[in-house]
Amino acid sequence: MDTLITTLYSIPVVGLVLQFVGYLIEVIPTISPFILQAATPIALAALCAVLCERSGVVNIGIEGIMISAAFVGWYAGVLAGPILGSSPSIAFGITPTLAFALLAAILAGVLISALHAWLSISVRADQIISGTIINIAAFGLTGYLNSLISRTSPVSPGSLSRFRPPDELVDIPVVGWIFNMLLNQGPIAMSLIFIVIVLQVLLFRSRWGLRTRAVGEHPKAADTVGIDVFRIRYLNVIVAGGLAALGGAYLSMEGTSSFQEGMTTGRGFIGLAAMIIGRWSPLGAFGAALLFASTTAVGQSMKIAPPEGDLGIMLDAIPGQFFDAIPYVVTIIVLAGVVGRTVPPAADGLPYQREGAT
Amino acid sequence: MTGKASVQNGASSPASRLSAAARRAWAIVAMPLISILLALVAGAFVMIVSLMLNGQPLDVGLVVRAYGALLEGSFGSTDAAVDSVVQSTPLILGGLAVGLAFKAGLFNIGAQGQFLLGALGAVAVGVALKGSPVPLAIAGALAAGSLAGALWGFIPGALKALSGAHEVVTTIMLNYIALGVVAWAVSGPLDTPVSLEPLTDDVGNAALPILIGRNGHAGIIVAFLAVAAVWWLLERTTIGFEIKTVGANPDAARYAGMHPRRMVALTMALAGALAGLAGTVVLLGVTRNMGVPYATTVGFDSIAVALLARSNPVGIVFSALLFGAMRAGAPLMSLRTNVPDQLIDVIQATILLFLVANVVIRRVLRLRGVEGSLGGTATITKSYGGEVTVR
Repeated sequence: MDTLITTLYSIPVVGLVLQFVGYLIEVIPTISPFILQAATPIALAALCAVLCERSGVVNIGIEGIMISAAFVGWYAGVLAGPILGSSPSIAFGITPTLAFALLAAILAGVLISALHAWLSISVRADQIISGTIINIAAFGLTGYLNSLISRTSPVSPGSLSRFRPPDELVDIPVVGWIFNMLLNQGPIAMSLIFIVIVLQVLLFRSRWGLRTRAVGEHPKAADTVGIDVFRIRYLNVIVAGGLAALGGAYLSMEGTSSFQEGMTTGRGFIGLAAMIIGRWSPLGAFGAALLFASTTAVGQSMKIAPPEGDLGIMLDAIPGQFFDAIPYVVTIIVLAGVVGRTVPPAADGLPYQREGAT
Repeated sequence: MTGKASVQNGASSPASRLSAAARRAWAIVAMPLISILLALVAGAFVMIVSLMLNGQPLDVGLVVRAYGALLEGSFGSTDAAVDSVVQSTPLILGGLAVGLAFKAGLFNIGAQGQFLLGALGAVAVGVALKGSPVPLAIAGALAAGSLAGALWGFIPGALKALSGAHEVVTTIMLNYIALGVVAWAVSGPLDTPVSLEPLTDDVGNAALPILIGRNGHAGIIVAFLAVAAVWWLLERTTIGFEIKTVGANPDAARYAGMHPRRMVALTMALAGALAGLAGTVVLLGVTRNMGVPYATTVGFDSIAVALLARSNPVGIVFSALLFGAMRAGAPLMSLRTNVPDQLIDVIQATILLFLVANVVIRRVLRLRGVEGSLGGTATITKSYGGEVTVR
């Protein structure tokens, strides 16, 4: 077996590809929990985008909602820490402080999303401009407040901790790593799959889902049969804001235990790309987020623990910054390859106005 | 402005001509001015509330002291005023980069990345030519910077033209990739062994000469030439007419025999060149070498500059001066009153919020005959949602 592999690996060019496949097979089980963690904020951003665009509202401000939620969650924890305390909890290290902080983060996301909803649905402003301004405002305000607060050396409220699946489950050959990926997670990452499935079912099998899609495809027809276009759009954009906020809260409360300026690093926009690649469906968006997360995880793994042999020597020559840029490069390439063959909701980005109304 | 307008309309009486011109001027500048005033009020509110949250006592005088220091820092002395102009220089170029793209119905959020690549191109060639004659060194570095920026703008333009990938996502991704490219180049091939931190050599003879005051470099001339060039391109050339037609309605432009795809790629490359030039003048005129990270707020300030000026090249000069002056004055404000520099970001974003909600502001304040649109941004969301395509 080993000699066969050595022979295969030494074939020119093809051997390198085989070495890479071998590396993936070897490394993916060990980094699998990290893949789901990297996918969580991207997938939540993508789900937010799916809900918004399916009802006909383009939301570029997801990045801003995420950074705001990340900040508010962390700061609410800092403020509430001394009052609510960190009495040990039943599971996931959820203290009263962190529960309060999570609620505050989601509330912040909902409020900002409501602003975007108002600007794009009622004011009928250009939705991409409105979203961009929300991004600029969110980065400005969180940066301002963060530099103000960091002077008082705030005490971190801690973070949500990971569940440790039993070793018997993880050690099952061949499929054990999948359990490790799904269960060796904090509460937000673990609930992601549940959220994806629920949204997928609701969007395509429920009355709300049908109405959402109708409003996004043909608001006039929906209005004619008595669906309140404005109400559905407000509802979707605001609920979606809560999802993006959960993604932001993940960054400062589960992935790390502190807030850093600009810590979303484009995940809201990668989420938008995931939505397009996933063809505006929750399940597809989740799959695309997993794809982006895998490239991130494998890239980091190649940077930190490069494979042995020729491939490793080649990768060693590539500067580390290249591996950090992988998610962005992959996003552009996949987006350019997929767009054009996908069809967005017909009324995406178009404000609705009743006939005769001013 | 008013005098010129009254000369052109010979028929009516001088008084009515003057009042008509004044009404026209008011219609254009009212909304931006009101937004700026409201944003300053909102900034004051943020200042007071945030400092109270931070455990300091209620202090209304703080607002006066902070804004006073901001004003003094931007116009209080000759050096301060020159510094305001220096800070405005890249914003004029960046504002043109975003504004020109708006004219073609494109949203260039990538000015940040194009700025960085421009600075990188300028430092690479500037260092290589640092011993050459001054005009050659400067010309070479300027050309390299604008070319590098043009390349970084051309990529999303070509991607949109060929595949339809929307520039709002691709330019943001390229901003992050630009950070990586700069980090690699400055810590790798361009690094000098002299310092411990990654840092390039000085650009030597490629540095822009100081013309006025302590740091008033020649880049300001480059910026004003660019304003004239963009104005000329948009108002006096066929290409400019095509750019604006494609921006207004790509489908109509195609039926008229124009080439929306070519225009999209070309406009993004030109926009990239302008943003790259912004990075070039900062590098050659201010920092003269490059470290990591090469911190800048020019990319996002440029969006604000272009939106406030409704993408008008002359308006961009004024809005760039406003934001440049704020950036120049912010350090003194921060020093005197402990209000963080980033208050400028908050004020800037609030100005934009009021502009985007202009319908509401006009209704609440009962303003009639005031222009409210952000200008040239109509097709951006439509091309995102597939309502119009550039193909």
